[in-house]
Amino acid sequence: MIPTFNFILILFLFVCAIAAITIRDLLSAVLVLGAYSFFMCLLWAQMTAVDVAFTEASVSAGIGTVLFIGAVSRTERRSKD
Amino acid sequence: MFESLLHHYNYWMFIGLMMIGFYAMMAKKNLIKKIIGMNIFQSAIILFFISTSVKGGGVTVPILEHPEGAQGGFVDVMKYANPLPHVLMLTAIVVMVATLGVALAVVMMIYKRYHTLEEDEIALIRRKQGLKC
Repeated sequence: MIPTFNFILILFLFVCAIAAITIRDLLSAVLVLGAYSFFMCLLWAQMTAVDVAFTEASVSAGIGTVLFIGAVSRTERRSKD
Repeated sequence: MFESLLHHYNYWMFIGLMMIGFYAMMAKKNLIKKIIGMNIFQSAIILFFISTSVKGGGVTVPILEHPEGAQGGFVDVMKYANPLPHVLMLTAIVVMVATLGVALAVVMMIYKRYHTLEEDEIALIRRKQGLKC
């Protein structure tokens, strides 16, 4: 069966994934994607994969979000869909 | 039936997240949105591989508890999670960030040339210039 904490994390994951692709403001979408990466990292720490979890937290939720914010601030922030 | 579906819940969440990312890659017109979809897609696949390393109750992180006194040189593997998918997916995370950086660089070059990030507007500009799109 699904443990309760994992279930809450999976719920947050789906909410963040759907929000990241539906929000029209690109900067907000990118920050929601960072939250998605961080929930994914918590889920992996729960699955006893701590090495993967801290790599994800530093590399994907950290550097990935910084790269995205840099790209969005150099291009445009509005999106049509 | 329902019980066996729920037992493999990692398959369902993997497929759901992967399809969300795939939808964003295919259906969204904005190029940054496509890259966000690619990121969701890749981390869903990594989540699937990590979830295959999970064992039943009482399993800890794959770090040896008593390295010098592991009973006669044997290690009880049922006490630790399987470390092989962890190692493989560490590489995949690094590759994920590398593809993200290259994709964002390409998107910035496209913006420099066409001053827009919408796919249909880029196609319109290229058609006006008489190029293929």
